[in-house]
Amino acid sequence: MTSFFLNGKSVSVDDDPSTPLLWVIRDTLGMTGTKFGCGMALCGACTVHLNGQAIRSCVAPLSRVAGQHVTTVEGLSNDLSHPLQRAWIEVDVPQCGYCQSGQIMSAAVLLRENPKPTDKDIDEAMSGNICRCGTYPRIRRAIHRAAEMASEKRAS
Amino acid sequence: MSRIDELLETNLKSHKPTGKPATRNRHRIARRDFLKTASALTGGLCIAAYIPELGARSAKGASANVFAPNAFVRIASDDSVTVIINHSEMGQGIYTSLPMLLNEELETDWSKIKIEPAPVDPAYNHTLFGLQMTGGSTTTPSEWERFRKMGAMARLMLVDAAAQKWNVPTSECHVEKGVVIHAASGRKTTYGSLATAASQLKPPANIPLKDPKQFTLVGKPTRRLDTPSKVNGSAQFGLDVRIPGMLYAVVARPPVFGGKVASVDATDARKIAGVRAVEQIPSGVAVVADRFWSAKLARDKVKITWDDGPNANLSTTKMLADFSQQSASPGNLAKKTGDPAAALSGAAKTITAEYDVPYLAHCMMEPLNSVVDLRADSCEIWTGTQFETIDRANAAKTAGLPPEKVKLNTTLLGGGFGRRANPLSDFVIEAVEVAKVAKAPVKVVWTREDDLAGGWYRPMWHDRFAAGLDAQGNPIAWTHTIVGQSILTGTAFEAFGVKDGVDSASVEGAADLLYGIPNLQVDLHSPKIAVPVQWWRSVGHSHTGFSVEGFFDEVAHAGGKDPYELRRKLLANQPRMLAVLNLVAEKAQWSKPLPKGHGRGIATHFSFESYVAQVVEASVEKDGTVRVHRVVCAVDCGRVINPDIVKAQMEGGIIFGLTAALKTEITLENGRVQQHNFYDYPMLRMFESPEIEVHIVPSELAPTGVGEPSVPPVAPALANAIFAASGKRIRRLPIRTSDLATASEAKS
Repeated sequence: MTSFFLNGKSVSVDDDPSTPLLWVIRDTLGMTGTKFGCGMALCGACTVHLNGQAIRSCVAPLSRVAGQHVTTVEGLSNDLSHPLQRAWIEVDVPQCGYCQSGQIMSAAVLLRENPKPTDKDIDEAMSGNICRCGTYPRIRRAIHRAAEMASEKRAS
Repeated sequence: MSRIDELLETNLKSHKPTGKPATRNRHRIARRDFLKTASALTGGLCIAAYIPELGARSAKGASANVFAPNAFVRIASDDSVTVIINHSEMGQGIYTSLPMLLNEELETDWSKIKIEPAPVDPAYNHTLFGLQMTGGSTTTPSEWERFRKMGAMARLMLVDAAAQKWNVPTSECHVEKGVVIHAASGRKTTYGSLATAASQLKPPANIPLKDPKQFTLVGKPTRRLDTPSKVNGSAQFGLDVRIPGMLYAVVARPPVFGGKVASVDATDARKIAGVRAVEQIPSGVAVVADRFWSAKLARDKVKITWDDGPNANLSTTKMLADFSQQSASPGNLAKKTGDPAAALSGAAKTITAEYDVPYLAHCMMEPLNSVVDLRADSCEIWTGTQFETIDRANAAKTAGLPPEKVKLNTTLLGGGFGRRANPLSDFVIEAVEVAKVAKAPVKVVWTREDDLAGGWYRPMWHDRFAAGLDAQGNPIAWTHTIVGQSILTGTAFEAFGVKDGVDSASVEGAADLLYGIPNLQVDLHSPKIAVPVQWWRSVGHSHTGFSVEGFFDEVAHAGGKDPYELRRKLLANQPRMLAVLNLVAEKAQWSKPLPKGHGRGIATHFSFESYVAQVVEASVEKDGTVRVHRVVCAVDCGRVINPDIVKAQMEGGIIFGLTAALKTEITLENGRVQQHNFYDYPMLRMFESPEIEVHIVPSELAPTGVGEPSVPPVAPALANAIFAASGKRIRRLPIRTSDLATASEAKS
C-alpha cells in the first residue's frame, strides 16, 4: 500500500511502487485529466505538481510520491476560476485539447514563481510541453493574460 | 484526409476559380460513382434522408417531453437544446461551428446549447461522400446548408406550435433567444414549454433560410463550447474511456511491415502480476492485463521470433536514389497543356531541380486506442475516429456480426490529422481481435513507439522539375515529374480516386497549378512499396506545396524577377489567389528592408477549395540553426463561420507545417523504422514558435476548407526565406542545419 495526497485528499493504492504515477492516477484512481503522450518525459502531457513543483508523472514512480502532495489539473480549481483556466477560455487556446492539462500545469508553476513572465521566461518554462495542434501562440497570449488577471486580483 | 473533394463533383458550385485549367477535373469522379463504391464497401448504405421521416425521427431518443424534429437537434421541456454532431472533433472546432450554423436558424439562447456526438446512422452521412466521416477539410462545406436547415425546421415547428396554442397566425410570432413571442398580445413562451406540442406537428414542406445579411451568429468570433472541459481535465478522449470490468492491452507488432509471428515464448511475460492473456492475433501478439502498465511491462518480456517476410531490406536511403532515377523518365500523364518539350528546347534559359520529402507520421498527441466490449451477439466500441461508417463495417466483419449489432461511440480525438481515418480501420479491428482473446471488455493502447513505427505515413515523394524561360525571364514551360506511392490504390477508394494510372491525391497542387504558364506537363510514377501510406493533413498538397512553390522561387530568381511580382503577374487570371497574395505582401511589408541576416520568403497554395498565401521571415545562424521569426498568412476560405476558429486553424497548420519543414522524417533501414519517440521524431516547441499573423479575406461565397490549407505554403515560404537570408536553396525536407552551416558561415 502506498499513500499520498491527491488534490488535497489522502489516497492509498496497492500498485507496485515502481508503477509510474501517471498510470496510478489514470487507471487506478480514475482521474483522466492527466494525459499519456510519450512515457519518457519528452512531451509534458502528463505534467502534475509534486509538492508544488511540476513533474512528469509518466516517469515518476509511485514510491517517489509516498506521503507527498500531488496536484492534477482537476485540483487546480473546482469551478474554472484559476486565472490560467479563465485566460485559456478567454483566448480559446485549446484545439484538440489533449495536451492542455499538461500545458496549464506547467504554466501554473511558472506564474506562481514569476508573476509577470517575459516571452523568454515563457519559452523556458513551456518548452517541455508539446502541442501538436500548434496552439503555442495562444498559450503565450493566455499566460500573459493570466498574469494580468492574477495581478488585477491582487490589486483589488 | 484525402483530397476527396478534389475527386468529386462537389456541390461547391458557387465558385470556380477563373482560368482554372479545363483539365483540372480530369480526375474528378462523379459523386454517384463514389457512392457506389462507398455502398459496396459498407454493405448497402443509402444516402441519408435529408429530412428524416417522422417514424425515424421519433426513434432518435425522443421521449414525450422532448422535441426531436430531425436527427440533429433535441429540445427538452427544461429548455435545454442538444445539438447532435455527426463529425468528429479533433481540434478543428466543429463542436462549436456546427452548433453556430444550426442556431443561426434555431435562434435559441446560445448558452443553453449542449453538444452530443452522433451515433452511426445513415442520417448522419457526409452530404458529399455518403459516409459518416470527418476529413478533407469538408465538414463546413458538407454541413453549411444542412445544419441551418435542421435548425430552421425546429424553429418553424416551435413557432407553429405556439401560434396554434394562441390561435394566432405564425406570421405574427417571432423568436428571441428561444422564446416565441406574439408581440400584439404580449404573450411569450419558451421553446421547452412547446416541446410536447411541437412533437405532434408535421415538419414543414419548405424550409426557407435567412438571407446571410441577417446573420447574427455566423461570421462572429464565438468562443468554443468545448474549451471549459479542456482546461479542467473533464474532456473525455478515447484513452479516458473506462467501462466496468475493463482490461488493458498492448500489442507487439512486427518490426518489418508485412512480418508475421514465427514463435512466441510468453513464459516470463505471464509472470508479471496482473497479466491475463498473451495471445497471438492477426496483427501480432496481444498482451492483456488488469492495468496498462502491467501489460506494457509484460510485452517487454514476451520473446517473439518474427518472420520478417519480403520487406526486411526496405531502405529509404535506397528509395531516395531509386525515386530520383525513376523521375528521369516521364510517368503517367496527369496534365498537359501546350507543347512543353518544344517550349523547353526553344527557351532562352532552362533550369532544373529535384525536391525530396520524407515519410511522415501523424503523431497525434493522443496515441491510438480503442475500447471494445465484445459479446456473443453484440459489440460496443469507443474510439476517437474520423471514419465511423467504415470502422463500424470493418469492426462488424471482424466480430462476425451484422453492422447494426455494432455500436460505435465517437469520443473526442486528441488529434487526427488523417490517421484516424484509416481505410482498413486498423486500430479498431485490431482491438476487436484483442477483445476476442481478452474475453472481457478491453482498452487497447498504442504507445508513442507503437504509433511512430506503425506505418500509415504520409508518403515519401520526389519531384523533378524543368522550366524554360524566355529572353525576358518569364517562364514559358514547366514540367514536373512526381514519384511517390499512391495513397488511394489498394483501398476502397481506388475506383474513384485513381484514373489512367494517376492517383489524384499524388498530383493535387501540381496538376492544378494556378500560375499562367502556357506549356505545362505533370506526370506521375507510383512505385509499389510495402510501407503503408495514408492521407496526412493536406495530403498530396503537403509535398506539392513545398516543391512547386520552392521551384517557382528558383524560376523567379533565374529570370531576375522578384518572387512576389512574378507570382502577381502569373496569377493575373486568378483573382481570389491574387487578392490573398497582395494582402499577405502588404501585411508582411514585402519590400521593407530587414535586419542583416534575415530573409523573407513568399508562397501561395490552393487546396481544399481555399486560397492561402504566406510570408515567412527567417534567419540562419552560423551553425546552420534556422530561426523563424514571423509568419504572415492570408486566407480566402469563402464565407467564414467563426473567424477565431479560422485563425486558430491557420496558426495550427503553420506550426504543423513548420514541424515538417524543420524537424521530422520517418526513415527505414533493413525494413525497420528508425524513429521511436519525440527524441528522434521531434516536434516544434514553444521557443521555436514564431509570431503568427492571420488575415482573412472577407467573402460571401460558400465556405471552403480550413483545417488543412495553411499547411502546404509554410515549408516553401520558409525555404524561400532561407534562400533570401543565406543564398542556400532548400530542396529537401526536413531542413538540416548541416546543409546550412557552411553557407551561413561563408556569407557572414
